[in-house]
Amino acid sequence: MRLWRKPLDADKIKIPRGEIHIIRERCKGCGFCIEFCPREVLEQSEEFNEKGFHPPKVKDKDKCVVCSFCEAVCPDFAIFTVEKNCEGGC
Amino acid sequence: MSEDVHPFETFLRKEMIPHIWCEGCGNGIILNCYVRALKDLNVNIDKVVTVSGIGCIGRVSGYINTDSYHTTHGRAVAFATGVKVAKPELKVVIISGDGDLFAIGGNHFIHAARRNVDIQVICANNFNYGMTGGQYGPTTPLDAWTTTTPYGNIEHPFNLVHLAAASGAVYVARWTTLHLRRLTQSIKKALQKEGFSFIEVITPCPEIYGRYNKMKTGIDMMNWFRKASEIRDYSDPAKAEITPERIVIGEFVDIEKPSFDKLLRDMASKVQEKMVGEE
Amino acid sequence: MAGKDRVVLTGKHFMQGDIACAEGAIAAGCRFFAGYPITPATEIAERMARRLPEVGGVYIQMEDELGSMAAVIGASYACVKSMTATSGPGFSLMVENIGLAFMTETPCVVVNVMRGGPSTGQPTKPSQQDVMQAKWGSHGDYEIIALAPSSVQEVFDLTIEAFNFSETYRTPVVVLADEIIGHMRERVIIPEADEIRVVNRKKPKVPPGEYAPFRPDEDLVPPMACFGEGYHFYASGLTHDESGHPQTDSAEAQRKLVQRLCDKIRKNADKIVKTEGTMLEDAEVAVVAYGVTSRSGLSAVRKAREAGIKAGLLRLVTLWPFPAEEVSQVAKKVDAIVVLEMNYGQIVREVERAAKETPVIFLPKLGEEPHKPAEVLWAIRGALQ
Repeated sequence: MRLWRKPLDADKIKIPRGEIHIIRERCKGCGFCIEFCPREVLEQSEEFNEKGFHPPKVKDKDKCVVCSFCEAVCPDFAIFTVEKNCEGGC
Repeated sequence: MSEDVHPFETFLRKEMIPHIWCEGCGNGIILNCYVRALKDLNVNIDKVVTVSGIGCIGRVSGYINTDSYHTTHGRAVAFATGVKVAKPELKVVIISGDGDLFAIGGNHFIHAARRNVDIQVICANNFNYGMTGGQYGPTTPLDAWTTTTPYGNIEHPFNLVHLAAASGAVYVARWTTLHLRRLTQSIKKALQKEGFSFIEVITPCPEIYGRYNKMKTGIDMMNWFRKASEIRDYSDPAKAEITPERIVIGEFVDIEKPSFDKLLRDMASKVQEKMVGEE
Repeated sequence: MAGKDRVVLTGKHFMQGDIACAEGAIAAGCRFFAGYPITPATEIAERMARRLPEVGGVYIQMEDELGSMAAVIGASYACVKSMTATSGPGFSLMVENIGLAFMTETPCVVVNVMRGGPSTGQPTKPSQQDVMQAKWGSHGDYEIIALAPSSVQEVFDLTIEAFNFSETYRTPVVVLADEIIGHMRERVIIPEADEIRVVNRKKPKVPPGEYAPFRPDEDLVPPMACFGEGYHFYASGLTHDESGHPQTDSAEAQRKLVQRLCDKIRKNADKIVKTEGTMLEDAEVAVVAYGVTSRSGLSAVRKAREAGIKAGLLRLVTLWPFPAEEVSQVAKKVDAIVVLEMNYGQIVREVERAAKETPVIFLPKLGEEPHKPAEVLWAIRGALQ
């Protein structure tokens, strides 16, 4: 997606940082979270869960900006994000 | 990565999770959006009734932690009409499938829309009858392969938003499971609006419909949505087509009209005023 | 709301059967009617359309009988006593959801004012051709309670009884009238409201966290929570366990559920079944009839007694569960049984089964009139030879 100009308050906005929680046993390996994360934070792990699927794992945790798309797109309620408190730096 | 508690846990019947839906199925996303809408609006969850019909999406009433009922095939809207009209303070939401709502249930749908009963209908349109193995239905695209159209579908599908708008619904929208933020907003809008609301959700059925029609995974189907979707808010629902190249989505109708329950109450108070006057 | 006297129309009336049915329902607490017009039950719908707004209830005319039955179940689950009224062709459409009502233990009343069938048949003529359908119309193993009124007063009384049974046993109840009983006018005495016995469904005694919607009490009937009371329960037409969750793989769950649902009626049959015997003590031949034919039967039995024949009448008020025990007892004492039905052989099969060795003579009547008492008398004479 392209913006036609840089937002006027771009310097004032603090980018949120996120913590990703994965409920491995619920994952069915659909890959939506991995595919549609706008920051490519996730990738498929090598391990299997109990049902034989490969749950996702965090590839680059510093890139997560808590857009929570993974949380919203997961059909199995297997992943959610929590905004980190970055008062003292993240 | 700890085994923490999902923020929606209290909205789900934990003992029934994981649900029966396939990997890549969009039904879970619809449930996710529904829960998010209920949570964001801070609705009194004790007064919400979730009604579903027969089909894969029909199992949703067993996963959401509200009063819920799983009806016989096609009768979800009629059942919900009875609930709403008997107890108007309840919020009655129907989540059902394209076959349940528009094949066997078609008659009940158009009449509830015509009456403008204050219920919200969310249709999971996956273009086939998934639960029974992938037969064609009233929304299956022309030429599609299904188990009962092995030579390609020769029936024109319904344009559901056109049907709902023509039947008298006050709020009509179509989204895909990829457009989940707007879908959630639409559900919230529908929950707060008086009258019959209809939201069509194009959802992937990769295991069956997708596999039969060259889109083997959920990701393939979601990418089709991404590539082909075109948001055209308030465009003419009659022209809201769904083809391999173009899926027209958006909000199509947003009007005000007194609901059936309101008219019923008005009529009842007039009748009773007259009776008291006669005594 | 207008005064109490508009709810129960206490007093003496000269009333049509269909109207008496509607008034009985309102007196029993029915405040929701969803139906579709059909001869000869249309008058019930019309009366309810007029009366329900007066008493704070709701009438909705659904697009078909399929929707009507679904809406009735919906209203019942919202804790509003609900009913519908139809005739044979409509009942055929309703049987699907009568099964659902049975499976989800929904209290509701379905009135079938029977007309000539099969199919479109003779809409303005009576019959008793749907009596087996009431029991076997839906698929699967299930039990139904069905009551057969034989006078307009009884239509009023049995409609109230039907609601009470439906609330007591959490089950759909069918009232099997016919076009004659539905359309004729007779004297009806409606008592004071506080003289009418009205039963309401059992409510849960435990808080929401401990409630299981299909966990039965000793009497095999589970207490019923309704939508909007905070119980967040799940009810489904799928085979389920006590918590309502689907159990589509377990043989144990299927056995437990089907048996309990059927036993709920079968084991309580002694509290449900009602018959009326006239002059049976020393009878040598018994006429077994129900509904409108029992009136001819009674007349014939009286004439027979005048002619010195020891005849008696066993009138079946409850058709289902079938009063097998009562018929059996009568069969042991008499030499022959004459069964009167306005159909080509339905309840007579149950009578034959219960009567065992006692010969059963069947007198069918198809068409607009019930049996003439003279015809029945002729059959009674014939039975004794």
